[in-house]
Amino acid sequence: MAESEYVIEMLNITKEFPGIRANDNITLQLKRGEIHALLGENGAGKSTLMSVLFGLYQPESGVIRKNGQVVRISDPNDANDLNIGMVHQHFKLVECFSVLDNIILGVEPNRAGFLQKKQAREKVVALSQRYGLRVDPDAKVEDISVGMQQRTEILKMLYRDNEILIFDEPTAVLTPQEIDELMQIMKNLAAEGKSILFISHKLAEIMAVADRCTVLRKGRCIGTVNTAETTMEELSSMMVGRQVNFKVDKKDAQPGEVVLDVQRLTVPSKLHKNNAVKNVSLQVRRGEIVCLAGIEGNGQTEFVYALTGLEKQSAGTIHLCGKDVSHAPIRQRSKDGMSHIPEDRHKHGLVLDFTLEQNMVLQRYWQPEFQKNGFINFPAVRQYSDRLIEQYDVRSGQGSATVVRSMSGGNQQKAIVAREIDKDPELLVAVQPTRGLDVGAIEYIHKQLVSERDAGKGVLLVSLELDEVMNVSDRILVMYEGEIVGEFDPKNVTVEELGLYMAGAKRM
Amino acid sequence: MKKKTLLQSSGFVTLFASLVCIAIGLLFGFLVLLLLGGDKAYSDGFKQILLGGFYMMPSGIGKEIVTAAPLIMCGLSVAFAFKTGLFNIGAAGQYTLGAFGGLVFALLLHAPWWVCLLASTVFGAIWGAIPGIFKAYLNVNEVITAIMFNWIGLYGCNTIMYGRGTGAMYNAKQSKTFAVTGDSLIPSKLFGWDMTEAFGYKSCTIAIFLAILVAVLLYVVINKTTFGYELKACGCNKNAAKYAGIDEKRSIILSMIIAGALAGFGAGLYYLSGAAQWIPGDSTALPSEGFDGISVALLASSDPIAAIFSAIFISHISTGGGFMNASLFPPEIADIISGIIIYLCAFSLLFKNLIVTLFTGKRKKALASAKTDAKTSDGKEAQ
Amino acid sequence: MFLMLKYALLSATVLMLVALGGCFSEHSGVINLALEGIMVIGGLVGTMALNLLPADMLPVWKVVISICLAAVSGIVYSSLLAFSAINLKADQTIGGTALNLLSTAIALVVVKRYNGTQSAKLSYDNTPFIFQAGPLTLNVFLIIGLVLLAVSIVLLYKTRFGLRLQACGEHPQAAGSVGINVYKMRWAGVLISGFLAGIGGFAYIVPAVQTWNFEVGVAGMGFLALAVMIFGQWKPGKIALAAIFFAIFKSLANIYDSIGWLSALHLTKELYNMMPFAASMIILAFTSKRSRAPKAEGIPYDKGQR
Repeated sequence: MAESEYVIEMLNITKEFPGIRANDNITLQLKRGEIHALLGENGAGKSTLMSVLFGLYQPESGVIRKNGQVVRISDPNDANDLNIGMVHQHFKLVECFSVLDNIILGVEPNRAGFLQKKQAREKVVALSQRYGLRVDPDAKVEDISVGMQQRTEILKMLYRDNEILIFDEPTAVLTPQEIDELMQIMKNLAAEGKSILFISHKLAEIMAVADRCTVLRKGRCIGTVNTAETTMEELSSMMVGRQVNFKVDKKDAQPGEVVLDVQRLTVPSKLHKNNAVKNVSLQVRRGEIVCLAGIEGNGQTEFVYALTGLEKQSAGTIHLCGKDVSHAPIRQRSKDGMSHIPEDRHKHGLVLDFTLEQNMVLQRYWQPEFQKNGFINFPAVRQYSDRLIEQYDVRSGQGSATVVRSMSGGNQQKAIVAREIDKDPELLVAVQPTRGLDVGAIEYIHKQLVSERDAGKGVLLVSLELDEVMNVSDRILVMYEGEIVGEFDPKNVTVEELGLYMAGAKRM
Repeated sequence: MKKKTLLQSSGFVTLFASLVCIAIGLLFGFLVLLLLGGDKAYSDGFKQILLGGFYMMPSGIGKEIVTAAPLIMCGLSVAFAFKTGLFNIGAAGQYTLGAFGGLVFALLLHAPWWVCLLASTVFGAIWGAIPGIFKAYLNVNEVITAIMFNWIGLYGCNTIMYGRGTGAMYNAKQSKTFAVTGDSLIPSKLFGWDMTEAFGYKSCTIAIFLAILVAVLLYVVINKTTFGYELKACGCNKNAAKYAGIDEKRSIILSMIIAGALAGFGAGLYYLSGAAQWIPGDSTALPSEGFDGISVALLASSDPIAAIFSAIFISHISTGGGFMNASLFPPEIADIISGIIIYLCAFSLLFKNLIVTLFTGKRKKALASAKTDAKTSDGKEAQ
Repeated sequence: MFLMLKYALLSATVLMLVALGGCFSEHSGVINLALEGIMVIGGLVGTMALNLLPADMLPVWKVVISICLAAVSGIVYSSLLAFSAINLKADQTIGGTALNLLSTAIALVVVKRYNGTQSAKLSYDNTPFIFQAGPLTLNVFLIIGLVLLAVSIVLLYKTRFGLRLQACGEHPQAAGSVGINVYKMRWAGVLISGFLAGIGGFAYIVPAVQTWNFEVGVAGMGFLALAVMIFGQWKPGKIALAAIFFAIFKSLANIYDSIGWLSALHLTKELYNMMPFAASMIILAFTSKRSRAPKAEGIPYDKGQR
């Protein structure tokens, strides 16, 4: 029987969700023994594609073939049976178990239900030596480094004799040394005949380790290239694309006095033992939009938490309009002129079970115009909310009385933008303000940011979208692994260049 | 705009879900009666439960009213905590402390009734504050703390009141505390209308009106004040509350203090009306009002005004339970009904889904799944 | 001294059995607040069995049958919690509270109806459960408890079942991703807790006295067992030690007036009764920061979530 060149083929996969085509006719072919990278921005459709491969979603059209035979994958167990294994971005390890217990969980060698760990340990030790995966089988997962946790996940796949190994953003949480080590491990695995699918948006890593690379953008397959025959610049432009964007009309910035001054800010991480933000200093001036660009998980969230007072920094100072607010409570920072459009509108931005008007006054219900002797002045709240709804075009079923949970994401976001801008702040911190919104809402919010700038406010925009970064900002700071690795004027930099910095391929 | 109609009817859906819980609870009660009494199940048992206080006019109504007052308060206590994201299983202990505080002031100091009532409230508030402090500062789940302090409170109060049988408040002849008398009794006359006389039930006082008044006050606090706004924001989404600059720790403790005060006030209403005397001698059972408060709150979907009605309902069936033929049907059958209602309320979301499905046919998940999301995204803490 | 040992062993057995029950339930990811209620049901069914079994039956059979019935009734009752918490994804705390309230009501109705009076007291013969070992009065539950402790340790740490159960309580998504049926494992955890708490309830009521007043339920022993479980850090061995520690406190209430220096303190019985609860709060206050509770307990598992 002639063996197919490809061990796994996903042919013409289309997967739709209400309102969005997450995968549009995507074809991905994985050769035996190769390392194949899957490249794309956030939301390009990578994880949907992998979920299809794992049977979590059923595609509307397209087929999956293994060794040339069409297979049906209807749940993760089917994928397991086909020897497909995956290291998830967020590890699926039981923290209080030993490494060995985690590896054997689900396929425990046993005699009449009693665990036979001895033979399991022998197999694990043999595997770890063969592939150079250093682990201590008896250590508890919670005590070991992230790198060793990842090696445990890899051993989990090898223990099950998986042939197709998927790595989902495996380097996101690793130190540079650990990344080098992982690269070597992946090469060893491929040399032993395993086929590897490597999901990433870090170009340098892809160039270093992958044989071929398939690029996705906005749910479509842009192409598959041999890494030996391409450059980082070419990959970057394939990933980002050169589509025509709705340009934001704006005049040149006229920066005034400093409104925000952050010096040597360091914030510990909750995910790993390193610092999430390392010694970051930056300034925002009146009349400019400063954009903090970068790929998700490089410390932007933690930076904003410390800046707005949601978390405590371990070192560094924050001055707002010349006043030291390094340790001020959240309400004080708000009174001193900081507005915050939070990254996660459901977690922080809104009380979903409150009405729209109650949410509109979330940051100022205590001000004299909205309460008297502790009693809420409902007519004033209603009036204020009605005005914001009118002025900022927030649409909802029952106006001010609508429960926010029932509103669309775009209108929820508009409500937050309205609330934060109408507070008339000195500094507006906007974190991914257009996340998950449609084109119209995005355009609207961009205009609001620019008009705030023109009114002489300082704006700090945190964004993952390169289009947004290029169009809206007056100054770009690129954050990579908790540090600011570059500062640019959007007029003098290309998207490709920015991509290199964001992916850690270059730094100033 | 299908969502709109669904939301407009959400109050109705909630009410309907509660009614379904009640109906199933009553059905189970009836099954138990059938099991125990066969053909007498309706005539000697279920009829009395359904009629409640009306079975024996007018003293039955009087009794129902007297029992309802503390139930309203305990229901408010649990409901208020629910509104602010806490589960106050400690109402029983706060109630115990409230009874103790009121009785100390009434029996030892012979203080006027409103001072005694205030004492009940303060004692309850203190006992409520403890789980709040444990949660806010030590990250111990309020449920565990409240349960432990229920027992600590019970044994503590009993040892003082009983005092090896020689306690100053203990009437050894009756094995109970002395009866509350004189000025310490809550008045039974309201604008010249003597309730004791009207209902022919001796401890029928203005307590019920005080309870209703508090319910209305609480409704105002929760819905009309910035304070209520802050507490509710903390309860619905503590991350957003923090983002808005609200001090969550303070909110947790204040919520528990108020919840405790409400339960304590309820105990004062009951014992200062002379409805019962405390039996400290061998009492190792927590007062049931505290736990019935959970049913009251769940049935009322934590709404203070609705709590008045659900408390009267619980009082209605337990009063009715007392009129059953005791040789056939122990009165605790009413407690079984109440217990089943709480059990059902725990997953009343499912009923709401079913109801929504029945009425709208589709879009069944919009409301429900959104609600579960909010629940599961809440932070978890150590016990 | 022997008296104290007797009472301490009595309470320790009960606390250990029930806390082990809680341990299995929580390791599977379900908070079992209904332990108290399950104990009441186990005690009720066991003592009713003693009353209803034919008088001429061999005592040893009476012991075996009544204990089995107590265990089975615990399993059946705990299935109510499992159903609401696992299948209906209801709030586990409220569900458990409902079962606690329901159990006392059921016990009172059954006993009062059985007595045909308003008395909730049930008398029974506990002599077959008790035997002498030298100067010590012991009961069969001590032996059962030791056996079940050993079984629990083996089950939890040496078997495939134990490994999978714990995985479901710690990280159900991880367990699900390697093909483990989380719903089934959680059901198993809750039912085992029902089994142990059912026996525990019976063990609390029977050996100590010949008459039990069901008005008091089991007087908070189920909640104390929860504290024992937390203090024992969800580990059977440590739970056994924690149970002994709490049992010594608990036994003080029974024996304080027969020990010279204790009775000289002039503390009341209620204060001794209060001690274990107060002790548990102090311990919780100090240990909460490094609590080893199963991470996913209390959170309903949904297959669809990743």
